[in-house]
Amino acid sequence: HGPYQPHEPGYGLDQPGYSPYEDEIPDPQAQILAIKNAKAYLLKTSTKSGLNLYDHFANILTKILDEQPTNAVDIIENISKDVKWAQFRKKMDTLRDEHLIPPTFEAAEKYKALFVKEGGEEEHEELEEEMGKPSLPNVMETAFYFEQAGIGLSKDESYYIFLALKNLNNVQPIQTCRFWGKILGLEMNYIIAEVQLREEEEEEEIGEEGEEIIAEGQKEIGQAEEEDEQKEKEPEPPKSTYKPPPDIPKEANGTGTNKYVYFVCNEPGKPWVKLPPVTPAQIVCARQIKKFFTGRLDAPVVSFPPFPGNEANYLRAQIARISAGTHVSPTGFYQFPEDEEEEEEEGADIYEENPEFEPPPVVEMVESLAMWAHHVKEILKQGRCVWINLAQKSEENEEDEEEEEEEEEEQQEERGQPLLTLISEDEGMKNIPAWTAQASTNLIPEYSVAILQSNRWPGAYAFASGRKFENIYFGWGHKYNPESHTPALPPPAEAEFPSEPGITETVDPTVEEEMAFKAAQEEALAAAEEEEDEEGEDD
Amino acid sequence: SLNCLDWSLLTPATKEMLALAEQLKGRFQGDPSFEYSLAEINAEAAARLVQSGKEPVIKEEARLIATIEQIDRAVGIVPRGAFVKTPLGSVHENRHFEGLSLVEAKKLSSYFHFTEPANLKNKTLLEKADLDPSTDFLDSLEHDIPRGSWSIQLEKGGTVVVLRSLLWLGLTFYHVPMTKQFGYVYFGTGEKNLDLPFML
Repeated sequence: HGPYQPHEPGYGLDQPGYSPYEDEIPDPQAQILAIKNAKAYLLKTSTKSGLNLYDHFANILTKILDEQPTNAVDIIENISKDVKWAQFRKKMDTLRDEHLIPPTFEAAEKYKALFVKEGGEEEHEELEEEMGKPSLPNVMETAFYFEQAGIGLSKDESYYIFLALKNLNNVQPIQTCRFWGKILGLEMNYIIAEVQLREEEEEEEIGEEGEEIIAEGQKEIGQAEEEDEQKEKEPEPPKSTYKPPPDIPKEANGTGTNKYVYFVCNEPGKPWVKLPPVTPAQIVCARQIKKFFTGRLDAPVVSFPPFPGNEANYLRAQIARISAGTHVSPTGFYQFPEDEEEEEEEGADIYEENPEFEPPPVVEMVESLAMWAHHVKEILKQGRCVWINLAQKSEENEEDEEEEEEEEEEQQEERGQPLLTLISEDEGMKNIPAWTAQASTNLIPEYSVAILQSNRWPGAYAFASGRKFENIYFGWGHKYNPESHTPALPPPAEAEFPSEPGITETVDPTVEEEMAFKAAQEEALAAAEEEEDEEGEDD
Repeated sequence: SLNCLDWSLLTPATKEMLALAEQLKGRFQGDPSFEYSLAEINAEAAARLVQSGKEPVIKEEARLIATIEQIDRAVGIVPRGAFVKTPLGSVHENRHFEGLSLVEAKKLSSYFHFTEPANLKNKTLLEKADLDPSTDFLDSLEHDIPRGSWSIQLEKGGTVVVLRSLLWLGLTFYHVPMTKQFGYVYFGTGEKNLDLPFML
């Protein structure tokens, strides 16, 4: 090492008379030599990284003096590591790393597809021709109102959902469409749209399903006949006497629980999947189980009682229950049409908007729950909205079988609440009311919005402001149960053999009983022979 | 606070409060001075209270305090590396925490409960060898019972990782990978989800 530069430590130590310890150390030469040795050691270049301790210390001190962090001594090791990192410069290898696509980029691509406008000029012409109500809901407006209450998704997500609904509109023939809500799942979430398809599509589907049901009915009758024949041939292993309760037919598309068709997707940007219509058996079973959604529509639902279907069916059943339980509107917004020609059994199914509806002020909407009414029919215990008397139908199908096997069930007709009942008549659980109402703000009553929260289905909200109102659901998809959920117990095991005299064990007769029986038989024979003799003599 | 304007300080929870509050079921009323009658719920505790001269009631305020404490203890989580333990035993925030990487962020084992560890010593020797005592001094989420009581999701195209607890429905933890941002909030009814084993 040559002559010291001014910025290097040790400058000036060479010169005699300038050393700081001149007074104390007797031998300046030894001191200078020691310093030189120390510095030589510090400058020793590491064989691995090409750095040397001397430069490293200089850099650390520079960094510390520049940044002046608090408690530098505690984080000195990390500072040292950072300085070493800073030394690292990327070299241009001849082999480039494969360009890893970050997942953010992929997601952005998907969302970009939402933003691309399709068609172009054709769309403008179509818009002008259609004078009907717009079928696309204004999701951003709804999101704004719910935001006043502190409910909702982020603006980004709302906008993506908006665009995704628009895509859905373009693809499917849709009459009305509504953003129903979001259900959370373990792996992925569900975004759900409630849709009413135009009428042509519905008829086709009904035709297909009707044929299927008829074919199944014929198969059952055929099987019953075969079984009767077999019985006569040989004694069979005992048949299970368990008769599954007859299948309750599901409601036709467009009525009752299947009034709306639901489309789901996991994220906006993914394709929309149509959920199958719901059957009453699924609803009845869904009432008894409580399972999380995983986010995959084809996942099996493992539960007891066994759920007939996979997650898509379970999802549809929960959606039906939530809609029936929590979709409300201000009283008077919907009314029954005046010219009713309906049978009493079905009850009013149709409602239309009341053009003369005058929205009550927000204060009233909040204070009394009588200002709100359900506009979706309640689901009966049977699992349908309209009760069906199965006894009548079973008579037709089972004419072949003996009358003894027919169970005459006296089913009481179930009557649910008629449509448009006020929600003030909803029962609470224990001492918890079914609904909680509040205004969005007390500070600005002119612009506040009436918010309704359901306590029976936590996550269901409704708002009303003037003529506008909307329902929405954000949650896990389960009903609130003040006590814990108790799963149904398995039914008692079937007795293997029905108790008949030929099967049950009896005690073997003892010897005396046998002798007595034999004696009695001989007497009877003797008596019979005497009678015959007498008769023979008479002839 | 009931309206985000006036705030009142809550006292720390005592063991009695915790024990009693666990037996209370149902929603909160919204009124901190609401009194639950203890006699229905737990006759013994009511009797004890009467003997010591107090009324056999438990206030909603106490229930609130106990619930907050329970939630923090059970599901308050932090990412691995956010806090370090010094050789003296005290725990500090790690000022050099740069966030988890995307790969790590998707694993349950990179999150810890922020309470006294209970299970640290139950791991196999192999696992113990990998541990770094300055950062791995808390219980990881992996061994939570029942299995699968956390749901991990990536939102916003992978920029945010969100963990939701299924035991306390409404507890949400967020973290932006490769940054220092993380935190957890609870929005919900304040009731433990005792049906969890049936629901998984």
